[in-house]
Amino acid sequence: MLIRTPKPSEIKENQVTDESVYQNRRQLLKSMGFLGASALMVSPHAKAVNWFGGDENKTFETTPLEFSQPQVYHSEDLLTPEQKIISHNNFYEFGSGKSDPLAQSQSFKVDPWSLKIDGLVEKSLTLDYDDLYKSFELQERIYRLRCVEAWSMVVPWIGFSLAALIKKAKPLSSAKYVVFETLYDPDQMPGQKNRFTGGGIDYPYVEGLRIDEAMHPLALMSVGLYGKTLPPQNGAPIRLVVPWKYGFKSIKSVVRIRLTDKKPQTTWEKLAASEYGFYANVNPQVDHPRWTQASERRITSGGLFTRNRIETQMFNGYPEAASMYADMDLRKFY
Amino acid sequence: MIKSVRITAAHTFWIKVTLHLVALSLLLFTYYQAFSDQLGADPVKAILHFSGIGAFNLLLLSLLISPLAKYLRQGQLVTLRRPIGLYAFVYAICHFSSYLLFELQLEWSLLLSEILKRPYISVGFIALLILSILAATSTKPIQRRMGRTWQKTHNWVYVASLLVALHYIWSVKSELIQPIIYALVLLALLVARRTKFLKPIQSRFNKRTKTQQSKKKLA
Ligand code: HEM
Repeated sequence: MLIRTPKPSEIKENQVTDESVYQNRRQLLKSMGFLGASALMVSPHAKAVNWFGGDENKTFETTPLEFSQPQVYHSEDLLTPEQKIISHNNFYEFGSGKSDPLAQSQSFKVDPWSLKIDGLVEKSLTLDYDDLYKSFELQERIYRLRCVEAWSMVVPWIGFSLAALIKKAKPLSSAKYVVFETLYDPDQMPGQKNRFTGGGIDYPYVEGLRIDEAMHPLALMSVGLYGKTLPPQNGAPIRLVVPWKYGFKSIKSVVRIRLTDKKPQTTWEKLAASEYGFYANVNPQVDHPRWTQASERRITSGGLFTRNRIETQMFNGYPEAASMYADMDLRKFY
Repeated sequence: MIKSVRITAAHTFWIKVTLHLVALSLLLFTYYQAFSDQLGADPVKAILHFSGIGAFNLLLLSLLISPLAKYLRQGQLVTLRRPIGLYAFVYAICHFSSYLLFELQLEWSLLLSEILKRPYISVGFIALLILSILAATSTKPIQRRMGRTWQKTHNWVYVASLLVALHYIWSVKSELIQPIIYALVLLALLVARRTKFLKPIQSRFNKRTKTQQSKKKLA
């Protein structure tokens, strides 16, 4: 008898949802009046892809999620293929190359997990792994993600509003800022162990928002993408997504959210304050000192000849964020 | 040491054949992968990095040839310098063309403003100009016609490689270790070749101090 083992290149075809299929299924479900029938949306053995055909047993296992699909968070933008979203990542904890996080994170442990919300709140909270998926209604939101390096993607995230989480902890009126922190675990995160792998940044990774930014309805705590739980390279099990800001604000694998009255110093600000500000709002008029931010390359499917350079939009095309900065000089507070 | 082995023209012929095969097939294969969307999620960035690092590697290799030939006393090796240098130029042209065609997608005004406004692009551009001049004057007949100025012109390869090292260091966000290793390798090669570019500077300096001294005497 001939036993045929599939090659890695064959495996990836069936395990990853094709973006057009995903969008069509979404359309179909909507027309049938199904919303939230997530089980129909994904292939049963959805797994991450290993581009390099490495040990397939070591691919992180993701699971389908149930969620609603509010019309307001739908988007006409063409989705970035799932394969690209899960293989092109900036997550220096797993290496500073774009494909390092996929290659180095597949045995990352997300369960048990503990996310603490404390600081200037009436009621500190701790969410464990199951709480991440059960405490709040999960929604699918299709957001543009604009990296400070001038590339962008369109991602169907699944998650819940950050505001809902903060409200649950009953913030004190003295709270002015929210500080986020990534897991610090050098045994699991080779970039934290070794400066060469980790791109020379200080760990744990810290990000921050002003309280009104954190309470903005667009700010999302994401636990999944493309219908399934997050793979590690995208920030499993829970990460922030702030779509009107550059990608580095959207901190991954969060273990702590602390409310405070002082403006925190964020990781990239500490490294190069002249290049990466606290606000980091997407702004085509304010260039990075070393490259233009006026346009970006949208990552979709297609090789070198894809014409994908597009103009960058103010606040990444989310004008609802603008009122928070009405009387600020955005050249100064970049 | 390895005196018993004499590297002959026949040997370098085969080294050159291998060089052509490896450098060309790697270039073609990588571009093929990028065109067909098999080079990671962002084939544009991948091809920029591949061609940039490839050009720098070849440039460093070309600088290694002379000290190596001297150390091993194998003069014949020097004939490898020209093809390696030319491949460095080919990779650099691919790098620049990929930037213009695939990264900027032929936005000429953006190219111009990036070259003028961004120091790392400016130095890359100057390095490319220098490499172009060196490539254009690399043929034997031109070398003969240029006589002594040829060597002087081609010493600009050191300036070009320093600019590339700077270009690399400036191009990264925070991952400085690798570009710094490259810069150190380059410095080591420059130290090995120090007489080459120190002599012209010294002789000019000596000339100047001499004329100054004679001027002083006159005064
Ligand atoms: C006008 C000329 C040039 C332009 C516009 C240019 C542009 C670029 C760009 C856009 C990058 C990538 C930055 C990023 O990571 O996003 C880069 C990186 C690089 N370039 Fe150039 N470059 C030029 C000339 C050169 C030359 C002549 C060489 C070498 C002979 C070179 C070697 C490199 C190297 C080694 C890197 C780093 C690659 C990496 O990070 O893996 N460049 N260049």
